[in-house]
Amino acid sequence: MNIVVASAVPLLGLITEPVSVAHYLVVGAILFVSGVVCMAMKRNALGVLMGIELVLNGANVNFVAFASPYLQGEGSRSLGLDGQVIALFVILLAAAEAAVALAITLNFYNNHATVDVDRADDLKG
Amino acid sequence: MNAFLPSLPTIVALVKIGLLVGGLMTAAAYLVLVERWMAAWVQDRKGPNRVGIPLTKIRLFGLGQPLADGLKIILKEDFTPRHVDKVLYTAAPVVILAASLAIFAAIPFGSSLPAIPALGLTSEEPLLVAPGLDVGVLWVFALSSIAVYGVLLGGWASNNKYGFLGGLRSSAQLLAYEIPLGLGLLGVVLAAGSLKLDTIMDAQASTGVWFAFAQPLGFIVFLVASFAEAARLPFDLPEAEQELVGGYHTEYSGIKLLLFLVAEFLHMVTAAFLIVIMFLGGWHLWGVTGSGPVETWLVAFIRFAVLSAKIFAVILFFMLVRWSWPRFRFDQLMNLAWKVMLPLGIANLVTVATVEEFRPQLVTAVGEGWAKTVAIAIPWAVFFVGWIAAGMLTPSGTDNTPIRTPGPLDAEHVLDDPQRELVEV
Amino acid sequence: MSALPMIAGALIAAPLPVAAINWHSLFFLLFASVSCGFAVAVVAADNVVRMAFYLVLSLGATAGLFFLAGAEFLGAMQLMIYVGGTLVLLVFGVMLTAQAPLVAIKGSGRDRVLAGIVGVALLALLLQAAFSVKPWRAPAAGVVAEPAATPIGMSLVGVRVDEPAVGAPAANKRPGYMLPFEIVSIHLLVVLVGAAYLARAKRRKVPRAIEVAASVEPPASVAEHASIGRERHRSGSVLAGGRP
Repeated sequence: MNIVVASAVPLLGLITEPVSVAHYLVVGAILFVSGVVCMAMKRNALGVLMGIELVLNGANVNFVAFASPYLQGEGSRSLGLDGQVIALFVILLAAAEAAVALAITLNFYNNHATVDVDRADDLKG
Repeated sequence: MNAFLPSLPTIVALVKIGLLVGGLMTAAAYLVLVERWMAAWVQDRKGPNRVGIPLTKIRLFGLGQPLADGLKIILKEDFTPRHVDKVLYTAAPVVILAASLAIFAAIPFGSSLPAIPALGLTSEEPLLVAPGLDVGVLWVFALSSIAVYGVLLGGWASNNKYGFLGGLRSSAQLLAYEIPLGLGLLGVVLAAGSLKLDTIMDAQASTGVWFAFAQPLGFIVFLVASFAEAARLPFDLPEAEQELVGGYHTEYSGIKLLLFLVAEFLHMVTAAFLIVIMFLGGWHLWGVTGSGPVETWLVAFIRFAVLSAKIFAVILFFMLVRWSWPRFRFDQLMNLAWKVMLPLGIANLVTVATVEEFRPQLVTAVGEGWAKTVAIAIPWAVFFVGWIAAGMLTPSGTDNTPIRTPGPLDAEHVLDDPQRELVEV
Repeated sequence: MSALPMIAGALIAAPLPVAAINWHSLFFLLFASVSCGFAVAVVAADNVVRMAFYLVLSLGATAGLFFLAGAEFLGAMQLMIYVGGTLVLLVFGVMLTAQAPLVAIKGSGRDRVLAGIVGVALLALLLQAAFSVKPWRAPAAGVVAEPAATPIGMSLVGVRVDEPAVGAPAANKRPGYMLPFEIVSIHLLVVLVGAAYLARAKRRKVPRAIEVAASVEPPASVAEHASIGRERHRSGSVLAGGRP
């Protein structure tokens, strides 16, 4: 029954088959690429910051996927706890990074009345 | 079993969710009535006492009032002002209510039910929607911090300066008070050795010492911080009527306003649940409930009743406080969080960690009974010392003169001004 | 967008017995689409407040993915620290700076094209890498989730309790995370002090424009500031609206 339905409609396989690591990696890739594009495209300093958050989360998704006991096949060995701990460190460092970046942005805003990164060119020769 | 029917655990979970959501919604409606009665009692007048059974003359002490209130607010026009950001304006009340309901997935609302073999339930059924969740406390805190977004986005999307100020105040307040809240919680988690709320209750039941007695400082810190997190008086700055009209929900009306108000009451109920479960022993009461596994329906019911009674008492306390204390000023609020509650919370955590670390040595040195006494006496000593020190060292309680320091919101963005000099405060 | 009608159509065409649905996969699909969809929406949106909201939804759904992958503690931390702390801070910053001209700063067309090319290339590369990973299928059933929080906490103080081989030689054991934990703690402290220093309140020697305007005889140079200040107010933020 499963096979019949899954072969009839390819997309249906997504909800009848168990997910694998590759699925998680695709999500991580999309988050990562969105973040990179966001960082490259946005001129608002806070938009750039959001891009960084997305990139870090894309990486985190990969770490968690490789660490997951549910996605582990027979014989293969997952990252186990290491992946989760590293992801935890990433979250902590992202919090620290956001605090400093926000402080810098607010200072920039207070001095220049804008958050446009293209106008932060005081040091340009 | 039929392939089209969900499995037994799913049905059990759905039944629990139904009971919980139904119960909470009804409770929220009737708590409004209780609050109005309480207000009337404090102000020495008669509260709502007319509305009873519709179409009859039976008054029933005003018990029909919530129904009338609910109908009124639902039937009001759901008006969306033209100047708002429509997507966020609509999303905000949904976010806040969804977050405050989802919190209850990890909160036990009783001890557990005895096994019901007739239905296929062969073991004790815990009265908790997500019994397998290993990190219940963290779940509660995570979702309660998500509820900030409702307030924040609602305030911004309204495009109204009172709403905006309410949103800003609320985000600063909730972020600041999450830290003492977490510190108060950490002491309990450390002493109970678990992040599950039902295990925390079991720990208090098995020793018979509620954590409010073992960690008085943590209890006070948690209590004050949970008042602030629930944005109740004396910490209701996000919506201070006299200053901000209605704060973040100034521009809301009809059913959306109702969602905000229900979510606000649910925050109070959540806070009451947490205070009772973590500090006041949960379903445990000496000599009444026992502390072992649940064997009969009577025990299950008594425990449920004890827990509910305690929660109701804490909610009454919340309401009494609302009509007894004046509101804090914003700088006093921040001083209280960062200069009083944070140090006290850290002191409590260090005390608890020290006591827990040396408890085995203490037991071997002076025996079980004395060790218990000492383990309670030390936190109480720290409590009194900390309390007096906080009262003497922090002026926020007594200093009532207006303070005017320009904050980031005051910046006038005077550009390219060589004469402008900044000095540190 | 086109995937949704396809799935809906498929469900109508082929009635799917509930037992055949893999609930884990269904929820994965749900969270993954919310996460990816709103991540793309962050890129596509111009309004910075909307961007912040989409980011919140995207990262919240990512926390759901963590829960599904069995990393409960991490999911809760993602919700608590990231969504509940970091992003609130971010939204706070957005609101402080979201004045009318700054809400939607549009990038130049050249930037967009470049970013698009880089993005598509990177995505192609990453997807290629993702699908070349050997498919780890879950064992049919019966994976028991271990308590999530305790081993993580123990590993942070340098003790690994998750290794199955109890009697294994010490050289084979994975190391704990005592040192990184300490480094991160000090790092957080430094950041706390640094951020407080950067964002500290400053008091001007020159009186503020409003105060000058209210005084009796403003000196000429300061009166000029006052007029600048007032003009900025008029064109300025929501907050300034109520002031003279």
